[in-house]
Amino acid sequence: MTAATDIRRTVDAVWRIEGARIVATLAKMTGDVGLAEDLAQEAVLDALKQWPESGVPQNAGAWLTAIAKRKAIDGWRRRERLDERYRAIAHDLDQAGEDEWQPIDDDVLRLVFTACHPVLSREAQVALTLRVVAGLTTEEIARLLLVPVATVQQRIVRAKKTLSTAKVPFEAPEPAEWPARLSAVLGVVYLLFTEGYAATSGDRWIRTELASEALRLGRVLAGLLPREPEVHGLVALMEFQASRFAARTARDGSPILLADQDRSRWDRAQIGRGLAALQKADAVGRGRGSYSLQAAIAECHATAASVDDTDWEQIVLLYEALGRIAPSPVIDLNRAVAVSMATGPANALRIVDSLVAEGALRGSYLLPSVRGELLAQLGRVDEARSELLTAARRTANEKERAVLEAKARSL
Amino acid sequence: MKFMLIMRSTDAAKKEYEKADFEKIINAMGAYNESLIKAGVLLSGDGLADDLSDAFVVDFNTETPLVTDGPYGETHELFSGFWILEVGSKEEAIEWATRCPLGPGSKLEVRRVTDMSDFAEFADNEYLKKEERWREELEAK
Repeated sequence: MTAATDIRRTVDAVWRIEGARIVATLAKMTGDVGLAEDLAQEAVLDALKQWPESGVPQNAGAWLTAIAKRKAIDGWRRRERLDERYRAIAHDLDQAGEDEWQPIDDDVLRLVFTACHPVLSREAQVALTLRVVAGLTTEEIARLLLVPVATVQQRIVRAKKTLSTAKVPFEAPEPAEWPARLSAVLGVVYLLFTEGYAATSGDRWIRTELASEALRLGRVLAGLLPREPEVHGLVALMEFQASRFAARTARDGSPILLADQDRSRWDRAQIGRGLAALQKADAVGRGRGSYSLQAAIAECHATAASVDDTDWEQIVLLYEALGRIAPSPVIDLNRAVAVSMATGPANALRIVDSLVAEGALRGSYLLPSVRGELLAQLGRVDEARSELLTAARRTANEKERAVLEAKARSL
Repeated sequence: MKFMLIMRSTDAAKKEYEKADFEKIINAMGAYNESLIKAGVLLSGDGLADDLSDAFVVDFNTETPLVTDGPYGETHELFSGFWILEVGSKEEAIEWATRCPLGPGSKLEVRRVTDMSDFAEFADNEYLKKEERWREELEAK
């Protein structure tokens, strides 16, 4: 029993390292990611049966790929579809040794773009990316996403059917589609990261793992697309944010605000990796996109010794640039907070008031809580109290409500 | 999970290395490092200089720490380099470690790097202190 469990773990570890390249190689051969994944899974089952007897092969990835390729050819033979193309593949396979397996990065990149294809729902993109790109088992994905194993299985099966029904080719996007498709891939990775980072539910160690998974995917992408500045920008952003993990949540999982965090507990090595990634983004020389700008803001915080030492003027400039390329009232509100730190509450209040006039963030507690804070700093006590109490009524978070009410009372 | 792969080589192995085709060794190590980077698991790593003229030992047995040149015995396995990997499991760390292109006379000692889950108690204490401060501030207002 122990031996079987050990082999399972070893096979999982091999899949984790080689899974993406195995599936990519098979998808290149069959033109079908779903079929490729099925074939790879059958090969994994063979490994579980054979490796306890034979031992783990020297080049386990090549072994799994060769077995899966044979299964593909057997399938074609059964369906009598062994046309010229497949005959050639079968011939090559008979000639080649296992060690000649040379997976190509471009195939892995095609796999990434296919798993994040726009015909798939976000949920399907996430599940398929974790399965075939990150090389996680269905059980691991279920644990990380806090959903039942059956749900993950359904999402993956459905995703594979959708790709097949939509006849999605196993190709990287055309130049015209490239920016939007790349942005979808980065969106999936960042969604995974924020799911883990926000830690709104679940065991926080597990959520940290999800964020680490996203970072790993980001680093893989950076290796595949070294000339894309936003890939490095996203990695930098995740490194900076993750550097605060140890300092950002209390024992009960409630968040500790940036200003109150013990900065000595930020992970300096991780901040260093963030700086290096942002430098890579800048070195490409195509300017900063939205991830790089967010990373640069995070960099200002990560490298400041305290709230007072923070370069708030730089942060204001970065938020202005970010607001122009990715307009959002939340960014404007963050800019207002930075402005209040840089040049005082009066200027900040003008930004917040224009958001109110636009009817932005209606119903959110964020707007009245920031406005209340600014009014309090300006000594407009009655208005401040009323705004803080409005914010307290709107927040769903008990702790937040208590803080806001206490602040209102103290005025 | 983070793991540190600590490379140790005997003096004999180092002498063998000197005889071997150095470019071949660099290429094999380069390919290994590249595979770690591409898999997104390499956090950091470095080699340590063979030349011991800049090396020293600090011994804390005495009241004032004692700085000496040694001891590095003849048969002692020198710590010659390290990698820090972030992986999903111990088995994955084993997979990566066994792929390292090292030969006879070399060893990898692999240790898990502590993370915040190892200091849960410490985190609690920090938090309690913080919460105390926070309460005091609220009351002072």
